[in-house]
Amino acid sequence: MNKRVTFNAKLLPYLLLAPQIAVTLAFFIWPSGQALWQSVILEDAFGGNTRFVGLANFERLLSNEGYWASVRVTLFFSFMVASLGLGFSLLLATMADRVVRGAIAYKALLVWPYAVAPAVAGVLFGFLFNPSIGIVAWFLNKGIGYEFNYVINGGQALFLVILAATWNQISYNFLFFLAGLQSIPRSLIEAAAIDGAGPVWRFWTITFPLLSPTGFFLLVVNIIYAFFGTFGVIDAMTKGGPARATEILVFKVYNDGFRGQDFGGSAAQSAILMAIVVALTVIQFRFIERRIQY
Amino acid sequence: MVENRPLLTFLSHFVVLSGVVIIAFPLWMTFVGSTHDQTTMLRAPLPLWPGEHMLENYRTVLFQGFGTGAARTPLYVSLLNSLIMALGVCVGKIAISIIAAYAVVYFRFPLRMLFFWLIFLTLMLPVEVRIVPTYQVVASLGMVDSYSGLIVPLIASATATFLFRQFFLSVPDELTEAARIDGAGPVRFFIDILLPMSRTSIAALFVIQFIYGWNQYLWPLLITTREGFYTVVMTLSRQVNTVDAAPTWNWIMAMAMLAMLPPVLVVVFMQRQFIKGLVDTEK
Repeated sequence: MNKRVTFNAKLLPYLLLAPQIAVTLAFFIWPSGQALWQSVILEDAFGGNTRFVGLANFERLLSNEGYWASVRVTLFFSFMVASLGLGFSLLLATMADRVVRGAIAYKALLVWPYAVAPAVAGVLFGFLFNPSIGIVAWFLNKGIGYEFNYVINGGQALFLVILAATWNQISYNFLFFLAGLQSIPRSLIEAAAIDGAGPVWRFWTITFPLLSPTGFFLLVVNIIYAFFGTFGVIDAMTKGGPARATEILVFKVYNDGFRGQDFGGSAAQSAILMAIVVALTVIQFRFIERRIQY
Repeated sequence: MVENRPLLTFLSHFVVLSGVVIIAFPLWMTFVGSTHDQTTMLRAPLPLWPGEHMLENYRTVLFQGFGTGAARTPLYVSLLNSLIMALGVCVGKIAISIIAAYAVVYFRFPLRMLFFWLIFLTLMLPVEVRIVPTYQVVASLGMVDSYSGLIVPLIASATATFLFRQFFLSVPDELTEAARIDGAGPVRFFIDILLPMSRTSIAALFVIQFIYGWNQYLWPLLITTREGFYTVVMTLSRQVNTVDAAPTWNWIMAMAMLAMLPPVLVVVFMQRQFIKGLVDTEK
């Protein structure tokens, strides 16, 4: 990663780095250190007195049934968002890759949901499924007699935030799958076709294995997205409700810390989430290193 | 394709087209919702076809505002805030990242790798995991309810720095040597040679970061308390969640359309840069 030819200057490089480093230290490193520090201290309700309590905040958190409920919701939510999103976009990308005519038009028609803010996606789906006027809810209730009211039914609310979060991420997955598909050498597919392999057989024996690096990369990205990128969907649509059925971990940190003013508990949750991001980022980077060698 | 199977081609078109229709359905309903009057929007089932109140809805939302709280501020204020925030984040990120990458690639100096890893760390610390302490820092700097509070804390960027670093590493050394022989110093080389060469990378990053900045939600939610500083996404979400009155869906849907339009237009019309940015920032 080193250049052979460089410039000599004593002060200039520091000046060039200064703005980036200043922002990083003030708004990233320092607050993160604070979060870690706050997770091991206890502040009394009136401020002022703080004392070191070791892992007491973590013990309190981990023995709290509400926290584990949120962990379960998050895991289910992330699993569903990742698997639905990957499955649906792989199907679309495979089909779009097959058609010669119209592929570019299809791409243009499928990229735009990426540009919609998660919170706006939450509003859109909340509108479609609104119990009193939503067109889809109306169809479900009147058309096929299925009672749909996400405002009071926790399972349906969870389904709806999964749907909105998946929708928001479809174009991202689609673009990467399509790029992956288009990088598979045509000669391989043609050779298999000459040997008499049909389209379905070719997909499972050639396309799918060759696409697995892309798929794995997207899996990690989607999990990170489901964990950390979906706050807006939840806040705009359900606010974690009803009865905490859609309270994912990130929403709980915000709710406990900012609304509930439980700084120790919120900081302990932050510390755990930080460990999760670090682990996921390391996986992502190790994987990308491997991909370059392919 | 490798073989001619009309049935399979038909099936492919059918599947992709159904996908397009399903994905576009929420957008269509939003548009339809923004073109009817209030009484139509209170009665299920809603029409599937646009009505005649489009201009009047958009005019009300944009210039008059309606309802209580956040939405009483005319929406053009929120749209302007979003634009300032998106452009600020975009330009800020690109500016400080490109010079940081230049320093890391083209100079040798003590602590170089330490700085590099410090920047890398920001990747692992999204706002979502450090909500309360970051708010405290911004509050203690007196940046609550200000554009600098909306913009500055978001402009550190590991991805942008990496992207420029990657690009600079691919620039041939001969160029640098030639520039040096001609007597150009580091600043001149950067402005006259490197910056113009980085045009495509800058454009790609611009598209990605504009969308990122425009779509921010949690951050403005934390640090703005006055309606004059609300972004459009925030105003929309607040208006949907009003408890005191029944939501006025025709106006809310007009707001949703206006909140989506700028980033969607950017993606659709700058598709090439968008896809390049998406792929490059993941490397």
